[in-house]
Amino acid sequence: MTVMEQRGAYRPTPPPAWQPRTDPAPLLPDAEPHRVLGTKAADRADTELLRTLYARLVRGRRYNAQATALTKQGRLAVYPSSTGQEACEIAAALVLEERDWLFPSYRDTLAVVSRGVDPVEALTLLRGDWHTGYDPYEHRVAPLSTPLATQLPHAVGLAHAARLKGDDVVALAMVGDGGTSEGDFHEALNFAAVWQAPVVFLVQNNGFAISVPLDKQTAAPSLAHKAVGYGMPGRLVDGNDAAAVHEVLSDAVRRARAGGGPTLVEAVTYRVDAHTNADDATRYRGDAEVETWRRHDPVELLERELTERGLLDEEAIRAAREDAETMAADLRARMNRDPELDPLDLFDHVYAEPTPQLREQRDQLRAELAAEAETGAATAAPEGGHR
Amino acid sequence: MTTVAVKPATMAQALTRALRDAMAADPGVHVLGEDVGTLGGVFRVTDGLAAEFGEDRCTDTPLAEAGILGTAVGMAMYGLRPVVEMQFDAFAYPAFEQVVSHVTKMRNRTRGKMPLPLTIRIPYGGGIGGVEHHSDSSEAYYMATPGLHVVTPATVADAYGLLRASIASDDPVVFLEPKRLYWSKDTWNPEEPAPVEPVGRAVVRRSGRSATLITYGPSLAVCMEAAEAARAEGWDLEVVDLRSLVPFDDETVCASVRRTGRAVVVHESGSFGGPGGEIAARVTERCFHHLEAPVLRVAGFDIPYPPPMLERHHLPGVDRILDAVGRLQWEAES
Repeated sequence: MTVMEQRGAYRPTPPPAWQPRTDPAPLLPDAEPHRVLGTKAADRADTELLRTLYARLVRGRRYNAQATALTKQGRLAVYPSSTGQEACEIAAALVLEERDWLFPSYRDTLAVVSRGVDPVEALTLLRGDWHTGYDPYEHRVAPLSTPLATQLPHAVGLAHAARLKGDDVVALAMVGDGGTSEGDFHEALNFAAVWQAPVVFLVQNNGFAISVPLDKQTAAPSLAHKAVGYGMPGRLVDGNDAAAVHEVLSDAVRRARAGGGPTLVEAVTYRVDAHTNADDATRYRGDAEVETWRRHDPVELLERELTERGLLDEEAIRAAREDAETMAADLRARMNRDPELDPLDLFDHVYAEPTPQLREQRDQLRAELAAEAETGAATAAPEGGHR
Repeated sequence: MTTVAVKPATMAQALTRALRDAMAADPGVHVLGEDVGTLGGVFRVTDGLAAEFGEDRCTDTPLAEAGILGTAVGMAMYGLRPVVEMQFDAFAYPAFEQVVSHVTKMRNRTRGKMPLPLTIRIPYGGGIGGVEHHSDSSEAYYMATPGLHVVTPATVADAYGLLRASIASDDPVVFLEPKRLYWSKDTWNPEEPAPVEPVGRAVVRRSGRSATLITYGPSLAVCMEAAEAARAEGWDLEVVDLRSLVPFDDETVCASVRRTGRAVVVHESGSFGGPGGEIAARVTERCFHHLEAPVLRVAGFDIPYPPPMLERHHLPGVDRILDAVGRLQWEAES
C-alpha cells in the first residue's frame, strides 16, 4: 500500500465520549449559611446539648478574656483571641470522639482546651517557655500550627494512616479564611478527596487575615464552594450559631466515619478582637462593622434561645458564670507562677540521640551558665534548675 | 575459604532491595510519591513494590510535593514509617516548608513526644545530561536545617545499608541518591547484604599519606580516579567518603587530616555557602597545627546548574582535583 493509499484509508478515531466524573450538584453548599437558633430547626434540637454548649461558650468567652488579660500582665508573649468565634471552637472539640484527632491552628487554643488539654499547657507556646506544652497523644491534639494551613496535610495523612490500619478515627482540621489561599490548603483537600480520607476541614471565616478582608483573599462564591473543585461536599454554616455549627460538623464527622470521605465546612463568623494584642484593628475596619457582629454574638444568641424556651433560668446562668470564673482564677493563679526553665533543654529532642556537635554546644552553654552563676550575673536572669 | 559467586548489581537495584526488605520487615513502612506504584518510579527504584505489597503500601500520590510530604508527616504521627520519594532534587522544593517547619521540628517542639521517623528519598546531582531543573545539588539546604539527618551513598553496598539504616532511624532522614550512580555496578550480594549500621560514620575508601580528599556521593568515584592518577605525580592520596553529612563524622575526617596534613573537599554543590565551607572550617578548627596548607575546595561553580551540553565544565573532574592537590604548598617539604 502506498503512502497515499494509507492516507486515503485513514479514518480519525473519534475521541472517547466525555463523562462528568462527579455530579457537582450534591457537593454545592446551600445558598445561605445553615442556622438553627431562632429558626424552626431549634424545636428539634437536643436541649441537653444546647445547655452544654451554653456552659462551654460562657467558659470559652471567659477564657479568651483571661488570656488577653495575661498578655497585659506580661504573662503571655502574645494571644490571638477567638472572642466571637467561641461557637466554632467549642463545637469543633465537642463533635469528636476520644479516639479522634484535632488539628488546630494558632488561634484555636480554646478548641484545644475544650478537648481536655490543660489551659496552661495549651498556652505554653504563647507564654514562650516551650513550643508545644502538651503531649499530642494524651488528648489526640496535634501541636498548634503557626505556619498557615501546613497542618491540614498532616490531618489527611493521619486519617489516611488510621484508615489503613483499620482504626475508626476521624481527623478535624481547623484553618482560617486567609489559610485557604495557601498551597497546602489546596494540596490537603485534593489528597483527602482522592484518598477519601476521614477528615473534616473547618474553615472559620472570621472576615480578616490580620488586616486583609476576604474580598482581597478570594473571588470564590464562598469558601465552601472551593470543595466542589475537589469533589467533596462544601457546607456553609452560621459560625456564631453553636447549635448549627455542632450539627453541621457532627454530620461531617459521621459521614467521614462511615467511609463517605472528607467535607469542607465554612463557618461564617467574625474576629471581634484584633488579630492579636499586638495588632491595631482600627487601622483597617470601623466600629460600626464590629458592632453589627456584636449584636450577633454566639453566647447571647444561645442564651436568648434557651431563656425564651424556658430552658435556662437565672440560677443556671449564674452557675455557668461561676464555673467560668473558677476556671479563670485557676488559670490566672497558675500562669502567675514563673515557669521552670532549663536552658540545657534546648539541646534535648533535636534528635533521638544528640549528635556529637550538639553535645559540644551543650557543654559550651553549660560552661557559660556556670561562669554566669559564678560572676553573679545569673541573679538578673530567670531562675532555672541548671543540670 | 569459599567465595560466593556474586553478580554485579546496580545502585538502583540495591535501593529497591533495601525498600523491599524494609517493607517486609516492618508493616509500618509505606512508600509514597509520584509514579512510584504502577511505573516503579522514573528511575525504577520502587519497581515491583506495589505488586508485592499492594497499593496501600506503595502509593501513587497526586502530583504535589508539599502534599506528599505533609501527608507523610501525618502518617508518621500515627505511627507509620513513611518513605517518600521526591522525583528529582529540584522538584522537592515545594515540600521545603514541610521540611523546615514540621519534619525537622516536630520532635523538638513536642519535647520528644512526637518523633517523625520518615525518610525523604531525593535523586540529586548532575552528570546524567538532564535538562534544566533535573540536576541540582541541594544538600546544603538540608544540612543547614537542624533536626534532619542528611545521608548519601556512594557505593552499591552503602545504598542498601544506608537506606535500611535511614528507614530504621527514629529521626527524619533526607536520603540523597546520586542520580549518575543509579546504574553504577558493583559486586554486591543481595542475599547477604552488608550489616546495617547506624548513620553518622564516614569511611576511608583509600588509604594514603600525602593528602586527604574529603568527598561524598557522586564525587567519590571521581576522587578515587583522581587518587589513582595522582600516583604518577608522586602523591599518595587518602579518600574519605562522608556517607552522612548530618551527623558529621569529625572524628574520622580529622583523624585522616591529622595523618596527611593536607585536605581538599570535593563536591558538585557550589562552593559559596556549600558543604565544603563548613567542612573546611571544621577541619581547620580541629586540625590547625597538623595542617601544612589551607584546606581547599573543588566544587561546582556558583552558577545555576548548566545546560547538559555544558555540564562537564561545571562538575569537578580529575584534573581540577589534581590542580587543587598541586596547590597544597608542597614547596615547603622539599
